[in-house]
Amino acid sequence: MAFSSRTDSPKLPDFSMLKRLVKDHLVYLLEQLPGKKDLFIDADLMSPLDRIANVTTLKEHEVDKLYKVELKAIVSTAQQLCFLIRPRIQTVKWICDVVNADKAAGIERKYKIIFTPQKFYSCECLLEDQGVFGDVSVDEWDFLLLPLDDDVLSMELPEFFTDSFLAGDQRWLKTAANVLRLLHMLYGPFSKVYGIGRCSKMTHELWRETLEEEAELKERRAEIGKVFIIDRDVDFVTPLCSQVVYEGLVDDIFRIKCGCVEFGSDVTSSDKGVKVMLNSQDAVFSEIRNQHFSNVFGFLSQKARNLQTAYDKRRGMDIRQIKAFVSEELKGLKQEHRLLSLHIGASESIMKKKTKQDFQELLKTEHSMLEGFDLRESITYIEEHIIRQVSVVESLRLMCLLSLTENGLQSKDYRSLKTQYLQSYGYEHLLTFSNLKQLGLLTEQQTGDTLTVMENTVGKLVNDRTAGKLSDAFSSLAKKSNFRALSRKLSLVPKCDEEYDLRVPRDMSYIFSGAYVPLSCKLIEQVLRADGWAGLEEVCKLLNGHEFSVTGNPKGDQDEAQRIVLVLFLGGCSFSEISALRFLSKEKGYRFIVVTTAITNSSRLLEALLRNHQ
Amino acid sequence: MGISLGVLTIFSLISGRSKGRNSFHFTELPCESSVRLITPELRKIKSDNKANVGEFSPDDAVHKLLLGKVVVLENFRSLKDKLLLLDFSVNAHDGNVITAVLIYLKRTLSKELLFRELGCRQTALRHFIRYLTETKELTLLMELLRSLGRTEEVSLLQYKDHLNIADINKRRDFLKSCVSLPFSADDSAHVQHHLALLERQIQIEVSDREAERGGQTDVFQKFPREAPVLHMPLINTLYYSCLYHYTEPQENYSSPLNIRNTFRVSEKQFFITALAARSKLGAWLDVDTMFTNRKWFGFTKKKSPIGFHRVVDILHRSSAPSQVLQKYIGLVDDTERRISLAQRHKCHDVVINTYRELRDRQLLLGYRGRVEPGSEQEVTIDRLLGNTQIRWKN
Repeated sequence: MAFSSRTDSPKLPDFSMLKRLVKDHLVYLLEQLPGKKDLFIDADLMSPLDRIANVTTLKEHEVDKLYKVELKAIVSTAQQLCFLIRPRIQTVKWICDVVNADKAAGIERKYKIIFTPQKFYSCECLLEDQGVFGDVSVDEWDFLLLPLDDDVLSMELPEFFTDSFLAGDQRWLKTAANVLRLLHMLYGPFSKVYGIGRCSKMTHELWRETLEEEAELKERRAEIGKVFIIDRDVDFVTPLCSQVVYEGLVDDIFRIKCGCVEFGSDVTSSDKGVKVMLNSQDAVFSEIRNQHFSNVFGFLSQKARNLQTAYDKRRGMDIRQIKAFVSEELKGLKQEHRLLSLHIGASESIMKKKTKQDFQELLKTEHSMLEGFDLRESITYIEEHIIRQVSVVESLRLMCLLSLTENGLQSKDYRSLKTQYLQSYGYEHLLTFSNLKQLGLLTEQQTGDTLTVMENTVGKLVNDRTAGKLSDAFSSLAKKSNFRALSRKLSLVPKCDEEYDLRVPRDMSYIFSGAYVPLSCKLIEQVLRADGWAGLEEVCKLLNGHEFSVTGNPKGDQDEAQRIVLVLFLGGCSFSEISALRFLSKEKGYRFIVVTTAITNSSRLLEALLRNHQ
Repeated sequence: MGISLGVLTIFSLISGRSKGRNSFHFTELPCESSVRLITPELRKIKSDNKANVGEFSPDDAVHKLLLGKVVVLENFRSLKDKLLLLDFSVNAHDGNVITAVLIYLKRTLSKELLFRELGCRQTALRHFIRYLTETKELTLLMELLRSLGRTEEVSLLQYKDHLNIADINKRRDFLKSCVSLPFSADDSAHVQHHLALLERQIQIEVSDREAERGGQTDVFQKFPREAPVLHMPLINTLYYSCLYHYTEPQENYSSPLNIRNTFRVSEKQFFITALAARSKLGAWLDVDTMFTNRKWFGFTKKKSPIGFHRVVDILHRSSAPSQVLQKYIGLVDDTERRISLAQRHKCHDVVINTYRELRDRQLLLGYRGRVEPGSEQEVTIDRLLGNTQIRWKN
């Protein structure tokens, strides 16, 4: 089943301008250090940089050698060194060491640090402390957004999640506000901004401060009408569920990086792997990316049959016809053939891996958790998962999913599972559990944790917001989950007696085989429908508040652009959510543009919490 | 980051365009680019137009910081002004600015005073903790947390440091020093177990390495050790012990039973680990004795703490021969599962017996085509099909 586009679907803005602007800015900065120079690039920036300015471009601007930033002594002998980095103290300290080592050895060079997306005061103070401030020039490269596809823009800032939600550090909020500012300047003015979540609210306020500078925008014809900003911690359940739409599965298994994926030889059925771009330019991919995996094989087989028929056409042809066929059609068919083989290979690989892991049983357990049934069975399943040492991250994922859907684990279960986890995977994971508790991903039920008690506490907090003061219950940033109550109020777990036909999905829950409508997307749907939060007061309380709805430019309300909605995920967004929003687009006549601090999935989310303790 | 003189940003690129310029030429800014080549200090002065000396309020200062400007905070010397700076920066939400102010306060306020003021400012506190973590000022960080009564966090922080110690003996000594820290009751027990585990691994490693070199112990020769037992999680250590020290008496620190008792390994976990280890060695008799036999109406029935399908899975992964697999597939309770497993592993006898149990003549007939013609199984099937005493369902 292909998603054919509606004839009246609104046109998306052209985001290629973003790439050009970002590239121009980088080139300008490189030219500020004329002459040959060696460029050191932060590991995290290598893939995004490749999409914006490849090696050829860099060489055109006198970049000689390229190095990845590694926190050890450098071997470069260049006269000028340029560092393209994220503003991390650890990296800046390393640069200071490099400069000071040069000084001690009597080596004289020029140094330039290009911070992206911005520099931090703490970094400059460190440069000053280490006596290096006067020896380096400092610049900022406004790399705010990378278009991953026609409707997906990424800030490529995965650390946003741990910094903002685990550490409660607001360092990236200005960056997020600048993203809004940039998009507003290029494609605004926005007519309405909705949002929910602590960071969303603060980002919005930071952005509003910059609005006065753009008075002339009011006359512009907007290309984006509405904006919805949402914190990742408003919905932790969705990214933790196993993905079953094609693009989500590919990401879970092969790890898509900046819209590119590497398929190994088991997929290509040859002795070498291949690196491919996965976006709407790949005609085969764009038809299967949002589909439930159960449909993909059938679809690909049908396409393969069609392709064969097209090839076979040439049997009855004469010389002239064959010539025409070869010059016009063959190339396209060959291209399609290549893509088809690739995706069929990938699908087969996915099937093999999932059968080995007994995927069906896993999904069944997840669905039980989401529905709230068979608690003891779920616990047993998780126990055996841990006991068999299946996977450090997967075992955690299951525990967190259970904790979130049950509003915390019962004390005896929490302690038993924790002990078994530590025994299976190592005692140092004490630290991982501490992180998870702090985030509210894996918690122990406290006595008196009935739903009404919870709701009363939250209600009080929402009215009790004095600056800087937080009641004891919330001195950590962790929010109570309340999933069950939310699920009921928003009908997230569809109750249906008939089988859910995945070939003809009837709602967003198809991305999870009909078992669960993603909370984040449901909220967006409801708020757009009600043009605000009216009628959702109970839901907001359960989500710990911080919701807002602000009218921007009141003119142009009837515009086409009003159907174009930008959704900004602060903390990451999964491919499943993107697929769900695309479905919603078709259903309601919107066009969603997803802007995210980074693409995420359960592995990335949890690995960050494992790594955070190293 | 704002539209300031001397600094080119993406926003100025866009504004430049929208102000009627068709394309942007870098050469249009000769002064700015030449200024950039001059030392940073001069650039700083050029971009800060206003005089910086005591002319503005804390509110103004925060405003400037938000725009990315360089601001001399040293003018704010009174405690009142410093706290205003802090509170305004928190209200402005930008973490970069909050941290900038905190760096200033750290330099110009006593620890005790700073800690006290942070105690009632959660947002600022979080940023300060993050800053101290990044700059690795752990001593000061721990002092701060202690002053706030967050002793469990301090303990975990200290414990975390063990990951930086590669040498196992040094790590063991370090953990010893951690054991008495004020962890939560549960975590305290875990840290103690961690220490006990390391101590035990060190002992086992010493004696096993000797035994390996000695060449006297069979099992080390037949199944050479892939890695030292150090630093492994508990269960891997147990597995190792089941491989190389299975039959040792309970008093030995290297025996599996001793490990089980000391670390309170669950029955299920112990069973699965021992099963996997003995299977790897092909010790099928040992595997057999692991199942307790229950007398049930005169028949001995094997009991297992995990489903027999899981047992089969583990055996299969160790390439157990089909006679062994067959025995345990036959014990799988659920008939559908039993049949699918039997078919997967080509254990015909089990399938045949199950169909007979189910009294399903059709299925048995259908299966006849799947066995070797002329084989023992075919004969058995024919015999069953011809047996008039069986009351077939279909």
